[in-house]
Amino acid sequence: MSNKGLRKVDILFSQYSVAPYQILKQTMKKNKADVLTEINESGLRGRGGAGFPTGMKWQIMADEKAEEKYIICNADEGEPGTFKDRKLLVEVPRKVISGMAIAAWITNSTKGYIYLRAEYNYLIPALKKELEVFEEYSKQFGLDFPIEIFSGSGAYVCGEETALIESMEGKRGEPRNKPPFPTQEGYLGKPTLVNNVETLASVSMVCRYGSEKYKSLGTDAQRGSKLFSLSGDSPKEGVHEFELGMKVSDFVAEYGDGDTKAIQVGGVAGYCIPRKNFENTIIGEGNTTGGATMIFNSTRSMYNVIHNYLEFFVEESCGQCTPCRVGTQQLLKGIEAVKVGDKPECYLQDLIKLSKTMKITSKCGLGQSVTNSFTSIITNFPEEMIY
Amino acid sequence: MEEVSKIIKEKIKEVGNQRTALLPILQAIMKEQNYVKKEDMVDVAEALDISAADVYGTSSFYSFIETEETGKYLIRICKSITCENKGKKQVLKAIEKELQIDLGETTYDKKFTLKPTNCLGLCDMGPAMLINDEPFTELTTELVSEIICEFRNR
Repeated sequence: MSNKGLRKVDILFSQYSVAPYQILKQTMKKNKADVLTEINESGLRGRGGAGFPTGMKWQIMADEKAEEKYIICNADEGEPGTFKDRKLLVEVPRKVISGMAIAAWITNSTKGYIYLRAEYNYLIPALKKELEVFEEYSKQFGLDFPIEIFSGSGAYVCGEETALIESMEGKRGEPRNKPPFPTQEGYLGKPTLVNNVETLASVSMVCRYGSEKYKSLGTDAQRGSKLFSLSGDSPKEGVHEFELGMKVSDFVAEYGDGDTKAIQVGGVAGYCIPRKNFENTIIGEGNTTGGATMIFNSTRSMYNVIHNYLEFFVEESCGQCTPCRVGTQQLLKGIEAVKVGDKPECYLQDLIKLSKTMKITSKCGLGQSVTNSFTSIITNFPEEMIY
Repeated sequence: MEEVSKIIKEKIKEVGNQRTALLPILQAIMKEQNYVKKEDMVDVAEALDISAADVYGTSSFYSFIETEETGKYLIRICKSITCENKGKKQVLKAIEKELQIDLGETTYDKKFTLKPTNCLGLCDMGPAMLINDEPFTELTTELVSEIICEFRNR
């Protein structure tokens, strides 16, 4: 366990260079392989939640030979409690688009899409304007890489990259079997690189500051800086940027309202950490995902919290695989039955077992991650689950 | 009827007549009339040369594609935990009272439909809602009355 304390940084929202797309211009003067090595060495991992090493994904994509290759910016952040990508797209869209362009340049990709969640449709006019600026400059730099916005239609599961691709192809957003991975067979069967908004913006920052400086931030498990979407019982809600690797207790001391009972790290697909574990839990080691952080104070009922999460999962399960479709419904019914006394307290243990079965048997991250919040809330607040 | 076939034609000109055009077409119809009728789905299916069942299957999967009659202004109120904890219930009650409908219903004059939705990504400014594509944040019971009044007069 390495505790570096709470270290705020200002990287992702730092000011633009004076002339537009300078990072892209400077990067394109270098050797492609060298830039890819830089990204690999920076230790950057996907910022959408799964945390796959970005450089490795890009390497696989670069090695694929095809006439058409696509870059997709995943702006479908639907995790309850997450809004960091919205802020990036509003305040520094140029960094995100630069990240896409650098990816296209390194991997010889021909077209880009921003898959924007329907809930953010109001961002489209400003984004289109920025894309016009990009088009002008990318032509100057000799990069032929048109980018379009594809608007989603309201489905949490489409944040999963293969479901997102299905959705772009005009189908129900149901995750595909992997392999083949999108980098091999993605959108329209062509190699496709899907990266989260923050990941792409982070790539721009690695290119601006160099991997050495970027790597010096964070811990061995998680390099660099990370955005946290903070909401709930806190006087300082909003998006905050830190080096990874701080104790939950440090975080709560700074951002709690003095009466924090529990903190949800990584959105509803993440973990709920109770007060007794604040001291010995490090954010960024084994628990961090998309950075959605919700603080609950002692006036909140954890039964209501998990009930709300489960209603969400029931609705957003795509219904394709049985463990997730039926499992989420049974968990919800189960806690309701225990609450009214139709089932004994020990039934909660059966439900935990069910959630663990879902982790092993569900097809995608949605069903697999239900157990994270479910087990951590039920185990830590059993008294609140019974009547 | 004619209008929808025009929308389909225009969209196909823009994005082609492959299956990839399906969501953009459905979204364009949504924008025009706020829901996609069964007959429209048949038209879309014909235009893209796929089955109507495929069009319905896709439409019904997405929460932002409505398949039942919907009012001119579709209010989607966020029901995620942060908005819930910040007083969404009172706000929702105020909207229901103002519009004289329950959650999930459409007003008699077909002007408003009220629906719950999952996280809008506006948690730091909750309670939040969308009216069509427009976001409204830090809602209070007084504020929603004002907003609805303004939309009534639009």
